[in-house]
Amino acid sequence: MMAAISLKVNGQVHTVDVDPETPLLYVVSDHLRLRGPKFGCGLAQCGACTVIIRGRAVRSCVMPVSAVKEQEITTLEGLGTPDKPHAIQQAFIDEGAAQCGFCLSGVILTAKTLLDENPKASDEQIREAMSNVLCRCFAHIRMMRAIKRYQERRA
Amino acid sequence: MKREVSRRDFLVASGALVVSFSAGSLIEPFAIAQGPFDTHKSHVDPEKLDSWLAVASDGTVTAYTGKCDLGQGMYTVQTQLVAEELCVPISKVTLIQCDTSVTPDQGTTSGSQSTPTNFNTENLAQAAGTAREALVAMAAQRLRASADQLTVEDGIVSSKSGRRVSYAELVGGKHFDIAVSSTAKRRSPSQWKVLGKPVPSMDRLALVTGTFEFVHNVRVPGMVHGRVVRPPEIGATVANVDEKSVQHVPGLIKVVVRNNFVGVVAEKQWQAAQAVQDLKVTWKPGPSLPAQKDFYDYMRKQPSRDLMLVNSKDVDNKLKTASRVLRATYLHPYQAHGSIGSSCAVADVQADHATVWSPTQSVYPTQHGVSAITGLALDSVRIIFVRGSGCYGLNAADAVSYDAALLSQAAHRPVRVQLTRHDEFISESYGNASVIEQQAGLDASGAINVWDCETWSASFGGRPGYGKPGNVLTGMLAGFDPETITRQAAVEPTGEPQNGNNAVPSYVVGCVSGKCGGAGSIRSERVLTHAVKSPFFTGPLRSPLRLQNTFAHECFMDEISASVKADPVAYRLQHLKETRIIDVVKAAAKAANWDARPSPKPGTARSGTVTGRGIACVAYEGDNGYAALIAEVEVDQASGQVQPKRFLVAHDCGPISNPDGLRNQLEGGTLQGMSRALGEEITWDDRTVTSIDWQSYTTLPLGIQVPAIDCVLIDRPEAKATGAGETAITLVAAAIGNAIFDATGARIREVPFTQDRVKVALNSRG
Repeated sequence: MMAAISLKVNGQVHTVDVDPETPLLYVVSDHLRLRGPKFGCGLAQCGACTVIIRGRAVRSCVMPVSAVKEQEITTLEGLGTPDKPHAIQQAFIDEGAAQCGFCLSGVILTAKTLLDENPKASDEQIREAMSNVLCRCFAHIRMMRAIKRYQERRA
Repeated sequence: MKREVSRRDFLVASGALVVSFSAGSLIEPFAIAQGPFDTHKSHVDPEKLDSWLAVASDGTVTAYTGKCDLGQGMYTVQTQLVAEELCVPISKVTLIQCDTSVTPDQGTTSGSQSTPTNFNTENLAQAAGTAREALVAMAAQRLRASADQLTVEDGIVSSKSGRRVSYAELVGGKHFDIAVSSTAKRRSPSQWKVLGKPVPSMDRLALVTGTFEFVHNVRVPGMVHGRVVRPPEIGATVANVDEKSVQHVPGLIKVVVRNNFVGVVAEKQWQAAQAVQDLKVTWKPGPSLPAQKDFYDYMRKQPSRDLMLVNSKDVDNKLKTASRVLRATYLHPYQAHGSIGSSCAVADVQADHATVWSPTQSVYPTQHGVSAITGLALDSVRIIFVRGSGCYGLNAADAVSYDAALLSQAAHRPVRVQLTRHDEFISESYGNASVIEQQAGLDASGAINVWDCETWSASFGGRPGYGKPGNVLTGMLAGFDPETITRQAAVEPTGEPQNGNNAVPSYVVGCVSGKCGGAGSIRSERVLTHAVKSPFFTGPLRSPLRLQNTFAHECFMDEISASVKADPVAYRLQHLKETRIIDVVKAAAKAANWDARPSPKPGTARSGTVTGRGIACVAYEGDNGYAALIAEVEVDQASGQVQPKRFLVAHDCGPISNPDGLRNQLEGGTLQGMSRALGEEITWDDRTVTSIDWQSYTTLPLGIQVPAIDCVLIDRPEAKATGAGETAITLVAAAIGNAIFDATGARIREVPFTQDRVKVALNSRG
């Protein structure tokens, strides 16, 4: 049942020996000890486990690890570092856009993939992209402001 | 982990300094003596300065607090407090939060109490003030100068002649060995350099870069993974567990059954998840549940524990002789905390001691609970707070801490338990369902001269505290009794006026035995509350009962005001006497450019999209913060959809410790309140809860049309510091309800204001 699976996460190649059906989230959290993607619901309903694969925001809690092997995977900590945050992370810092911060992988990575693909996304398109992303502290105002700030800066 | 980590070990390990507590002192005082802040006496003596603060040999400061950051900024603002009082930069302060081995027992971090408890003239603030005074006194001796001639900056005390001595030289690495002084002076807000400033939350960089350690990220050597199997129906009990059904699951370590608690432990998380899927458990069904559609009527018929909060004893007569009497009943459903992260904890229970890394709000009470469920001695249990996702009250944090302890004890391994979303929804303790019935009598001039309020709230379990692990689901499943409701008739109120649940409306005098604690001027008053047994566990949810009661009072106030064709702001002010609530109402109205006129808005169309505004105000818990909130909404009368466009919050919490943190709380509280007002409701069928994920329980995602929120912050440096985490949310349902009425003339007396419910109200307009 176990199989050696090779993953490329944040630019590093890892080989893990797991059940191929294991959700990617468990592999990045438990085997690779990454803290960015988090278990929110396990049902792809909230976004807390989001990672970027091939430019798409993917919910890692329902994605079998075997389906993403050999692909480039980016987690929240792969975007930038505390010393050198990515521009979208900097926008969230500048806007003070977090409370508990547990939801941030979903918020930041979903917005980033949208704006990478469509830098001129309208407010309506941004709302549409964020319509399945949850923040239960309801830091919505600052988060949407941070997304706009990032959009303006990258233009 | 070692058997018992003393403060000495801890501080040596953390490089901070040497503080030692003898091994004997770890055991002896664990008696039942009540300490301050509804706590038990712990080995960390809050009377001693060394329990709160230490200066290391490099001059850095370590402070210990029993109030932890739940994602709302308490870490940052308590660091600011210590830095301010000690006149050192924030970067020199390390704050250690909520750990039964090293921090004072400050009970539970809840109820907007962290600021009142630690930012006035007791506890952390007083300890920091004591430390500064002591350091200045030591410097005076060393420099042979008078203390009042010395100045302190950046941890260095200087005399006028230019002689200097540093904190490190004075006490670095040593004990203060003095008591916390009750007379030590706090620095005056006019001198503040760090406190009162919009210091960015210190966790933010780690959060946005994905490097912050949540409890979900705790990994300890040898750790394995647990999952739980909850009863499929409320009250179901275990008949049989077929362990053979999971023999095929690779990595399985153990199936654990304790009374009605069932769980599994496996090497990998995915294996544990598969094992709970496959494990065959036969359950004996529990009793059927009262029907949700009749539940509010059901509540009123249950035996109840009654409490009379105020009774002027002339209420019936005044109602009989009133020019007019208005009556209305308001309904509020059970709601979920619905934390974004399903709860998680890690426990390492060994034969003679245990360590639990827990997101609990209550490390010391949880120490008692884990001791009870594991049978280990209290002083052998260490609970270390590690932040979970925002909890907003009693989510499943305590339950999952017990889950981890039970599974670790049975498996003889450190176990991490991750609840599923379904587990979380059925393991948490919901905000209480409430029925609030009110009547008010008016005099000939149209002023209110009598207010009568009777409430029913459904309650079961609650915070476990120091003696009731059965108050949350896991404790009950493991065989401990929950607190339940025993019938008790109300007696006439005596002692101090109490309004901790805001059951007493702001507009009455709130008098008990001649002492009046109310914010209003109405003299004839009666408030009777009934607690009835809930079929589901309940517990504090951000603004517990204060929100439900305020929704009812503030909407009813609006109804009365409309009935006499008065402006809702002016009519409120007419019945208020407490300056601080009057000021927030006036500030909100001014900032909103409030159009003084009665509701509903004249000339509003009966179809199409219409707009309106509504106000609500509160003296939170009677005196723990003051707020007024104005909602401006749009109502689509065809669909029944309510779209708030703008909120305006005026707020007074005394001296403002961090204006940016305060705004963040007001904004988040307002939108969380909007989500709860418009859609959130626990649902159930005849056997079990049916709102179990984000499809069956409504929450407003990021992609909504986010309304604007403007905050007016009233700073009162001379006043007592009060809470600010629960004020705004308390007002949102009332303000939106009043705005819907203003826009449409339809009054909705039941939360949430779903489209269907709004349409029914619109269709029943006269």
